Amino acid sequence: MGLKRNVSLSTGLRYKGQGPFLTFILHRIGGIGMAVFITIHILASFLGGDGGKLANAIYENWAFQIFIFFCVLFHAINGLRITILDLWPKLLEHSHEAIWLEWAAFLPIFGISVLVIINTALGG
Amino acid sequence: MNNTKSRNLSLSQRGMNFETLMWLFTRLSALGMYALILIALIGALIMGARNQMNFADVMRWAFMPNVTHVQNTDVPDVTPWNSLFWKLTGSALLLVAVAHGVHGLVVIADDYIASSRGRQIARLLSIVFMLTMIGIGLYIILTS
Repeated sequence: MGLKRNVSLSTGLRYKGQGPFLTFILHRIGGIGMAVFITIHILASFLGGDGGKLANAIYENWAFQIFIFFCVLFHAINGLRITILDLWPKLLEHSHEAIWLEWAAFLPIFGISVLVIINTALGG
Repeated sequence: MNNTKSRNLSLSQRGMNFETLMWLFTRLSALGMYALILIALIGALIMGARNQMNFADVMRWAFMPNVTHVQNTDVPDVTPWNSLFWKLTGSALLLVAVAHGVHGLVVIADDYIASSRGRQIARLLSIVFMLTMIGIGLYIILTS
C-alpha cells in the first residue's frame, strides 16, 4: 500500500495550518539541518584533508552560522515547549499561549545572536 | 474513573511498545541535552570563558564540550578543557544526541515511506548510520 495524495504541490504549500504548523515545519527543518550539519562536521574532523577544509570554510561562514544557530535554537526552544506540554498534559489547555511564549523567548535570543555574529563577521 | 480502569490493563494493552518508549525517550533526552549543555556552559564560565572566548566559541563549546572547540580561542592553557570529566560529558552528549537525532530522522522517513518493507529498510539503515556516527564520534572525542 503506497501513499496516495491527490494534492498538488501548490495546494500543499497553501495549507493553512498556521501557528502550530509553522512550529512543526520549522522544527523539522531545524532537525534535518542539524542532522546534516553534524554528520558532515563529524566526518570532516575525522577524515580531514581537502574535503574537511572545504567543510570547515563553509560552516565558519557567518551566513551558515546564522542558519545553523536558527536550527539549533528553534529546535531547542520548540522542543522544550513540546516536552513540557507532553509531560504535563494539563498545560495543553494553554497550547496557543505556549507558542506565543515560545516566540517571545526565541526572537530576542536569536536577534541578539544574529547581531553578535554579524558584528564579529564585520571585524568587531 | 477511567484512570483506575485503564490501570488494570497490561502495559501492552495500554499501547506500550517500542515506539511509545521512543516517544518518551525523545522528550526525556531533550531534557537531558538541556542539562548537559548547561553543564558545559557553566563549566566554560568557571574555566574563564568570560574573558577569553567570544560568543560563537562559547556556543561551540556548550553544544559539544570537546577541546578542539577551544583551541583557536584566547584560552592560555587548554589542559582543564581536556579533562576526563569533559570527555565523559561530551561522550554522553554525543550518545544522547545521536540517538535522539537518528530516531527523529526515522520519524520523518515514516511520513514518506508507508510500506512495512520500506520502513524495515529505513530502520536498518538508521541503526547502521547511528552505530557509525557513535563510533566515529567517540573516537574523535576520546583521542582529541
